[in-house]
Parts: sequence; C-alpha cells; structure tokens
Amino acid sequence: MINKLLILIAVTVTFVNIPAYAQTRDVTITRQWARASIGTMRPTAAYLTITNNGKDAVILDRIKTKIAAMAHIHNSTTNAKGISSMAPAGEIRIEPNQSVTLQPSGLHIMLMDLQRPLIKGDSFELTLIFENGQHITTDVPVLAISARGPKE
Amino acid sequence: MKFSNLQKFLWALVAIAVIGLSGAAFWQKRPDTNPMIYSPPALVADFSLTDHNGNLRTDEDFTGKWLLVFFGFTNCPDICPTSLSEIAVVMDDLQEKASAVQPLFITIDPKRDTPEVLAEYVTLFHPAILGLSGSLEQIEQTGKSFKIFYEKLQQDQAPDGYTMSHSSSLFLFDSNGHFVRSFAYGTQASKIVEDIKSRL
Repeated sequence: MINKLLILIAVTVTFVNIPAYAQTRDVTITRQWARASIGTMRPTAAYLTITNNGKDAVILDRIKTKIAAMAHIHNSTTNAKGISSMAPAGEIRIEPNQSVTLQPSGLHIMLMDLQRPLIKGDSFELTLIFENGQHITTDVPVLAISARGPKE
Repeated sequence: MKFSNLQKFLWALVAIAVIGLSGAAFWQKRPDTNPMIYSPPALVADFSLTDHNGNLRTDEDFTGKWLLVFFGFTNCPDICPTSLSEIAVVMDDLQEKASAVQPLFITIDPKRDTPEVLAEYVTLFHPAILGLSGSLEQIEQTGKSFKIFYEKLQQDQAPDGYTMSHSSSLFLFDSNGHFVRSFAYGTQASKIVEDIKSRL
C-alpha cells in the first residue's frame, strides 16, 4: 500500500516536472554577439534574441557570466529632443511564441567589471537564468568594437 | 415695446458678447508693437579643446573642412559605439570626398575621458575620427556653444555609479564652420552619405 502510494507520488512528481524541462528546450537563444572591449576598465555590451516557443510566458531573472562581475540588462532610449540615455531595463518578459531582441540602440546586456578584455574573435559563456529556475547557457562570439550586428 | 425682465437680461448678455467680441477682434488686429522675432540662432562651431594626440585644437583649425560632430562618452557601451560605427561607414562610403570631412567625437565626460583614453577609443572606429576632451569648464562651454544637452545621472548599475544622458544627434557644419543640419540618432549611414555628397 505504502509502495503503491510512493509510486503514485513519484509518477505525479515526474509528470508535474516534465513541462518545466520541456520549457527549457522551448526557450532558445539566437543571434548572440558581444562588442569587443577596450581593456577591462570600460563596460561593453552583448546582444541576443530570446525566443519563447513554450506555452507559458517566461521572465528573465538575471544573467551570469565569468567574464563580467556585473551583467545587467539595460535599455537605451532617445527622446524626441534627440537626447539619449540608458537605464536598467526592468522586467524582461517573453510571452509564448514571442521573441525579445536585444540589439544596438535598445535593450542590451551591459557587461561591467570585466574580468578580462573581450577580444575580437574570442567567445565566452553567458547564462540566462529565468524566474522559473531554468538556465540557458550560450557561447557568445566577440565581434569588432565597430560591429553593428551579429554575423549572419 | 416692453421687455420682460428675462428679455432685458438676454439683451444685456448679447450686448456684452458683442462688446467682448469686437474688443477681441480689435486686440487681434492691433499691430504688434513688440513682435517676437523667431529665427534660430546661426550656430557656429566654436570650441577650444585638446585632441586625442594632446594638441590644443580650436574650430579655426578646421576651416575649409566640413565637420561631422558627435557628443558622447567612452563608458557608453551602446549608443556611442553604434554612432561611431555609423560615422566610420560614412567616412568609408564618402570615398574620395572623405578628405573634405572631419569627424569629431567630443566627450561630455572629460573627468574619465582624458585625451589618452580617447586615443585608444576613437581610433578603433576610424582613423579619421578625432577625439576631443578638455576641462569640465571647457566642455561646458562647448556644450553651450553647440546648444547640446548633457547630464550626469546617478545610477548604481553603472561604472563609478553614474552614466550620462546626452544629445545623440550628429551635427554637420560647412567648411566655414556654419551649422548646416543635424542627423537624428539612428539615421542610416547611406542617408548621411547621400546628404553630404549632395552638398560637397
């Protein structure tokens, strides 16, 4: 009886967890690239597209990378008077079947306190951690400081 | 003819309205003795700054060249590299006409952006771009003469705890240093090239 109950619990837990694993595969990262830095004293930026093919919205919680002690999503905006500024982006929520694109002049991952310079031709690992606990690690190629988008 | 009190009241209202309207018309037709003359100031490039090679430079040094001026700071990871990359494309695509144009990158964060810092920054984008820095007062003076806006913003998630908001348009000056036009941030390099080529 106890065994049957345990099996029932185990089966239930497994099935409840399956959607979470499936979701991990449902979120994909594409078009990732970072801009080469000048040494380690000044910040640089990384860009990518997050696509949610799952059934539930996902919310990006934080970003981890060994290359920078601080990695935050910031947003650049330019107002009608032609004045640009940058501020933390707030919640990044990706609805099912939607993408969020981080690209120059808008959302970007600001990489600060660089642990080593980002040199053109190198690449580094970056992990996106979502509020539902899922982690996605991607390899980000470093392009020239004058790059304007990912390599096709 | 006798008016009821109500009629008297209504006629009085009409009278007030007529007087009011004619008064308004009179005021409108009255010749403006103190007209507001609106004409945008003739903006002339005016600065005295230190370039990224350590040389003192004024606007007069560039007489004969068209100026393409951008304000920014090197701790800016997104807007400034994007603009400088556009300027680099503009310079390449101007081809033989590029020698008539001097691109200038003027820092609005001179405390961090010394000439040495600018030297390792601007040259990564294009060899023609000249970085300019100066004292806080010199930059303030330059900002005033170019009528640009910039502001230091406290921000925990920024290097040294601050970031800068700033005018991000590109300013074009003719070979006499007179303001010609600005290009809004994000204007495609091809559009800028087309515009400049049509003027040279």
